Amino acid sequence: MSKDQKIIDQAISREYEYGFVTDIEQDIIPPGLNEDVVRIISDKKNEPKWLLDWRLKAFKRWKKMKDPKWSMLNYPDIDYQNISYYSAPKPKKKLKSLDEVDPQILKTYDKLGIPIEEQKMLSNVAVDAVFDSVSITTTFKEELEKAGVIFCSFSEAVHNHPDIIKKYLGSVVPTTDNYFSALNSAVFSDGSFVYIPKGVRCPMELSTYFRINASNTGQFERTLIVADEDSHVSYLEGCTAPMRDENQLHAAVVELVALKNAEIKYSTVQNWYPGDPKTGKGGIYNFVTKRGICLGDNSKISWTQVETGSALTWKYPGCILKGDGSVGEFYSVALSNNFQQADTGTKMVHIGKNTKSTIISKGISAGKGQNTYRGGVKIMKNAENARNYSQCDSILIGDKCGAHTFPYIDIRNPSAQMEHEASTSRIGEDQLFYCNQRGISTEDAVSMIVNGFCKKVFNELPMEFAVEAQKLMEVSLEGSVG
Amino acid sequence: MLIIKDLHASIDDKKILNGINLSIKPGELHAIMGRNGSGKSTLANIITGREDYDIDSGSILFNGKDLLDQSPEDRALDGVFMSFQYPVVIPGVNNTYFLKAALNSKLKHQGLKEINAVDFMSLIREKLKQVDMDEKYLSRAVNDGFSGGEKKRNEILQMLTLEPTLSILDETDSGLDIDALKIVAKGVNDFRNKERSFLAITHYQRLLDYMKPDFIHVLIDGEIVKSGNSELAKELEEKGYSWLEK
Repeated sequence: MSKDQKIIDQAISREYEYGFVTDIEQDIIPPGLNEDVVRIISDKKNEPKWLLDWRLKAFKRWKKMKDPKWSMLNYPDIDYQNISYYSAPKPKKKLKSLDEVDPQILKTYDKLGIPIEEQKMLSNVAVDAVFDSVSITTTFKEELEKAGVIFCSFSEAVHNHPDIIKKYLGSVVPTTDNYFSALNSAVFSDGSFVYIPKGVRCPMELSTYFRINASNTGQFERTLIVADEDSHVSYLEGCTAPMRDENQLHAAVVELVALKNAEIKYSTVQNWYPGDPKTGKGGIYNFVTKRGICLGDNSKISWTQVETGSALTWKYPGCILKGDGSVGEFYSVALSNNFQQADTGTKMVHIGKNTKSTIISKGISAGKGQNTYRGGVKIMKNAENARNYSQCDSILIGDKCGAHTFPYIDIRNPSAQMEHEASTSRIGEDQLFYCNQRGISTEDAVSMIVNGFCKKVFNELPMEFAVEAQKLMEVSLEGSVG
Repeated sequence: MLIIKDLHASIDDKKILNGINLSIKPGELHAIMGRNGSGKSTLANIITGREDYDIDSGSILFNGKDLLDQSPEDRALDGVFMSFQYPVVIPGVNNTYFLKAALNSKLKHQGLKEINAVDFMSLIREKLKQVDMDEKYLSRAVNDGFSGGEKKRNEILQMLTLEPTLSILDETDSGLDIDALKIVAKGVNDFRNKERSFLAITHYQRLLDYMKPDFIHVLIDGEIVKSGNSELAKELEEKGYSWLEK
């Protein structure tokens, strides 16, 4: 066995840094899913009847649907009756300042390296911390209010802004879009809501930290962002979860709506528990539906994701380019190390004229990881002069991992211009030896090569996330490649 | 500086080196000549620490230290450099960034302060001139899309920047046209001084017309069968290698 292979195998001994459980009293519905559970969730949140009906309709459809098996992901069947569909930390009363937050929870954030106080002071980021399923604290609210921006928990929005919710909920991702979106629609507990009024440029980056904490609790977030005409918003999402033996299901839905000339930038850095590095046991199952619609002319939606965690990732953030001249972008770095599996990509649907999409996907496979890019580009009949550029690159570290690419292209208008580039490379012993011969250690060499490989995507992240992403990459690859 | 004693090495049980003895003093340029498969590149790879080989017996001392005990990066940091026969492409890694990382790694090893970006750029511009390379190569990925000659010049650029005490030039002349060869040879010649040693590996005498060796060794079947001065190269050019074979 070569030295490099040994270094790669050392990755297997790395332990998840954030594997701890916060001990706070939880309000949990016993495991199981039926109509009553849906009603209880809706009742606990004091929801209006129309929303309960919407949930029930979704639940009825879900019962008739089947778990999708078309991905490259290999996992045992999920027992949906063995999952608890609601968990909220106590106390649930509204909090105005951090002093009112359970000190245990604040400590958890400290361990994760995201002290809210510091965030507030230093980074000028409004943090809407979602702990399990209920929003605990929202900061910078006043400043946002001044600008007319609405940034609140989803349940709050249901009560305070029912017209916008009613109009757009399920308009981008219909309840029956897929198995997991139907499930989410039936049982979603909370999430974030953002509305940027006409002509407003959101004065700060918006950020949410998700954290799964309760044992055996599925996490079903629902996010809706509406950017009105001529507005601009950048939304950041970051995640990390504690170590668990049982697999934890996460099925979120994110909907973005961009009206005329509006721009939404949605960035994710995801670092959920990937499972035991030696056995692959545990870890998060992440089945997410993210989609944006460029409803108005010349609007733009940009997805950037850095996926380093989760045992399973099933995620295809897409754009429906309906408005003429609208733009969709997808920048992705997905890392599968040890036993992780990722099946991720995007879907760009060109409907309007002169629409443009860009896809940059970088897959990194190490250990026994399997990484799949699955991307669709669809040019509809009336989408005159649509353009797409796709670049899908994979890099392999070691000889036990795999990379797969499935581009789907469907063109119904002859004026379309498509460009597709793809490459697969290996961090080979030759490259490492070359770096070593120049006095650069193997760990530094791998980090240099991987960061060089991801640069195009990291450049798209807001500054503070770009640094975090680079750090995360180094930590995730430590030893394995390092 | 470099003392190789009775070095035997093999790969997958196939013997490649059969007792190499070689001693290089500071300031000397030694050339190793031989046919394909005679073990020339193997010798270079073993000195620099490539892992694919089994060392059966023998030793390599570099400035009194046993080289075979050291990792490739430690050998490099101690001043062993190889200009690769086939320089490796590293996509996505900027050439300047790579070179600066290598230099800083060396400075750190020597207990010196890392070089800042401004000083580095003025240093590198100076070195670029010596190998007649355009600045545009700095912003490209390491060896990515470089022609054969550009890659070799990039190797020499790295050598000039890292200032090793022992430089192994593995077939640096191959793939070069005569103009490029002259540039590379001039780069090496200007770099020569009484402290720096060189081991040039080549098929042809051509390189040695531009880089005067102090000693020439002929390698056949993993053994140095003849050593001499630059006259030997001319003899080889006329008679080939067969008269030296057993």
